[in-house]
Amino acid sequence: MAADSDLARLTLHEARDRVTAGEVTSAELTEACVARIEEVEGSVHAFAHRTTDEALAQAAARDAARPDPLPPLWGLPIAVKDNICTQGLPTTCGSKLLANFRPVYDSFVARRLEEAGAVILGKANMDEFAMGSSCENSALGPTHNPHDLERVPGGSSGGSAAAVAADECLAALGSDTGGSIRQPACFCGVVGLKPTYGRVSRNGLVAFASSLDQIGPLTKDARDAALLLGVIAGHDPDDSTSACQPVPNYEAALEAEVAGLTIGIPKEYFGGGLDPAVEEAVRAAIATYESLGATTVEVSLPHTEQAVATYYLVATAEASSNLGRFDGIRYGVRQEGKDLLDVYKRTREEGFGAEVKRRIMLGTFALSAGYYDAYYGKAMAVRTLIRNDFDAAFGQCDLLLTPTAPTPPFRLGEKLDDPLTMYLSDIFTIAVSLAGLPAVSFPTGTTAAGLPLGAQLIGRHFDEARLLAMVHAFEATGQGRPLPAL
Amino acid sequence: MEYETVIGLEVHTQLKTKSKIFCGCSTTFGAPPNSHTCPVCLGMPGVLPVLNREVVTCAIKLGLATRCTVNRSSRWARKNYFYPDLPKAYQISQYEAPICEHGYVEADLESGETRRIGLTRIHMEEDAGKNVHGAADDDHSYVDLNRAGVPLLEIVSEPDIRSSEEATAYLKRLRSIVRYLGISDGNMEEGSFRCDANVSIRPMGSDTFGTRAEVKNLNSFRHVAHAIDYEARRQARLLAQGKEVVQETRLWNTAEGKTYSMRSKEEAHDYRYFPDPDLVPLEISEQWIEAVRATLPELPADKEQRFVVEYGLPPQDAATLVASHHLADYFETVAGAVKEAKRAANWVLGELLAVLNKLGISVEESPVEAAALAALIRLIEEETISGKIAKSVFEKMVATGKAPAAIVEEEGLVQVADPEALRPIIQQVFDDNPTQLAQYQAGKTKLMGFFVGQTMRATGGKANPALVNKLLREMLPEPTAPADGG
Ligand SMILES: [Zn+2]
Repeated sequence: MAADSDLARLTLHEARDRVTAGEVTSAELTEACVARIEEVEGSVHAFAHRTTDEALAQAAARDAARPDPLPPLWGLPIAVKDNICTQGLPTTCGSKLLANFRPVYDSFVARRLEEAGAVILGKANMDEFAMGSSCENSALGPTHNPHDLERVPGGSSGGSAAAVAADECLAALGSDTGGSIRQPACFCGVVGLKPTYGRVSRNGLVAFASSLDQIGPLTKDARDAALLLGVIAGHDPDDSTSACQPVPNYEAALEAEVAGLTIGIPKEYFGGGLDPAVEEAVRAAIATYESLGATTVEVSLPHTEQAVATYYLVATAEASSNLGRFDGIRYGVRQEGKDLLDVYKRTREEGFGAEVKRRIMLGTFALSAGYYDAYYGKAMAVRTLIRNDFDAAFGQCDLLLTPTAPTPPFRLGEKLDDPLTMYLSDIFTIAVSLAGLPAVSFPTGTTAAGLPLGAQLIGRHFDEARLLAMVHAFEATGQGRPLPAL
Repeated sequence: MEYETVIGLEVHTQLKTKSKIFCGCSTTFGAPPNSHTCPVCLGMPGVLPVLNREVVTCAIKLGLATRCTVNRSSRWARKNYFYPDLPKAYQISQYEAPICEHGYVEADLESGETRRIGLTRIHMEEDAGKNVHGAADDDHSYVDLNRAGVPLLEIVSEPDIRSSEEATAYLKRLRSIVRYLGISDGNMEEGSFRCDANVSIRPMGSDTFGTRAEVKNLNSFRHVAHAIDYEARRQARLLAQGKEVVQETRLWNTAEGKTYSMRSKEEAHDYRYFPDPDLVPLEISEQWIEAVRATLPELPADKEQRFVVEYGLPPQDAATLVASHHLADYFETVAGAVKEAKRAANWVLGELLAVLNKLGISVEESPVEAAALAALIRLIEEETISGKIAKSVFEKMVATGKAPAAIVEEEGLVQVADPEALRPIIQQVFDDNPTQLAQYQAGKTKLMGFFVGQTMRATGGKANPALVNKLLREMLPEPTAPADGG
């Protein structure tokens, strides 16, 4: 059957409506995405692993079953980041060390996707163990930005963002530790939501920094994000840090009014180093919201400057411990050695890429006897100050609007040899993660050269519904996602 | 110079909860390798720990039983190190904020003196697995993770112990307590009760501590005592030679009766402890503590005190009886069914323990039940049999499991307590021993014992000894000379 590649361009909710109405089958949607993958994947490389056969079989099964009422994602093909465990499917975290790894269990979100009837098209490429901002740190090779193949898609969920932007899937799941959903969403011109810490279970998400990691949706519009978040959010007794907060109907909440809301504009987010095109787009978004009846107020987040340093101590400390288990003893790729120590050294030397090693060393140092108080201890103290900054700001406003990334997508290789500059590309997303707040990046147009631009909305804890309603209102003014010329 | 030995003990006691501390796997000992494992205790990527609250209840029990402060809020920490039996490359433990602090244990010494040993802390942690090395023709090493994640309590004493005798007394009392509470088997040989000793010496009268050595691999109370004595001698010898004691970890070698250096302070692990971000701080309500307090059984020290007061036992006998609550219960069952508790204690501590020791079994496995022993003692009290006959009846009870009355009946052992039956027998003894009779009459009254013995023998031991004495005094001729006492 010839696939109708237009079907791959549908949003998740459009496809859902058509499947519900019986106008289109899961097989047709899945085949359309597979066809689109065949068409563009050679140049984009959004997938670490394609699971086409499994996906087609799953789609056929969905079409055969059709329970009543139809679960929310019935038959809809989506991509899942390669650090989210999917039973029997590769889950390699973009690492050579896990090249042969197939989990024996499903993550919480994979189970939720299955219950909702989704079809998993494949595992999206990523920076190794989610460490990176460009998707260049993948053992499987870099992903390219669908809007400009010479440029990075952002990271670490670059594969998820690129796959959605290039219509290789209807939506994707990513994970965000310091901006890993929001920054690639911004670079690829899609919507990317990092939920409140604890909103989505981390059970089955291969841990990078446990106190920061959150799974979230990357989608073509706000309604899709609402739909997907509604499926994956909720309490999980198997994750002690999962919140017991009830899950609202995010889709129903999309129509909430913008008028009357107060948007805080943190002055520290508009200093030097901000690309003029980015700033102009954010200012335009502010103007749009004002035209919709919102008022804006300048607020201050005084510890913004310390956020990057704090983040790189907390996240690397946790990572140095979390990645200890990759020792080649029970799973993964083991390198043989002359004794136990040699096995450890060779397995990790061969298995991990340079950025992962850099962060393990940094984190190990931060936790070492004699340095703990000065580094990890101090970072935890500053983390509290950063949280307090946001609490104070939310005393003056309902949400915050900032740039997502300081620049438009940069060129492949441009920052690869300069980790510090690379770390600064997450400068606007990191503090939010340290505070555990929800934030969404949404497209706000393009540069003159057609590169996507985006802005970030930050909400109070568990205020995802309001964030999505804001993005939905913005989209309703006719400013949707930019389409790549692929 | 005369030195004082200063000892602090770290005890790890394995808890008898049904499931492991952070997953649902069974804790049963002796299953085929790796059959009691799941993704969580195998340390698979992405898994998360979920606390088994039963472990907390056990820790509260021990904390209350040792007069500790039970902290209303405590934290989980990761102790990081690499070893094949440690699947995550970190052990989840408690570091800065343990669940219990500042308690004590009172231990009885041989001298009858009681020593109070302070407890610095009690904390919860998970056990590691086991490395198994192949047989002679197999150069592989294997890892069995059945034990990985089995809950442990670590009990750290203050350096309040001054001799190997005190150390043994402390350990025995601590073991009694965990057994009374039903939280651990407390079996040193099987590894469910493990001990490391910190040993240092200092000049008698000094109040500063010497440099300590930590001694590991102590698998019985005897090894603990021997290792402490050896270590004290070794350190004294070093000081006598003008050398210094170095801070290090030493291993006890049972075969040689010596300790050997395992690693120096410089080689000591830097465990990089930090709060585990996968687990929230443990909050314990007052109600939880009070609910646990209500379930506490009578503890050894209280029981010992009660046995002295209620049954009039000597403190040493009481101490021996309460060492095991099974033995104490056995004694109380017997004592409650007979007239004289002291006699019950003598039988339990004498005949019963001798048999148990000989058979190498515990009181729970005793071939003679408490009710049967009580029945035997009642036969003595009712003067049906003599104490001497009772001992042989007891032996037969052990061998056959029959009731004492049945044995007495079958073997015709009923005591002869009829004066008319005994008189002819005594007369016969006189007739058979004219020489002794003459000597007695001549003043050698010490021969009374001889006539008692002959009469008992003539009745096969069945004569009532008191009655025999009374009748002999009646029937023997009046001595003509004063007692010579010779
Ligand atoms: Zn388990």
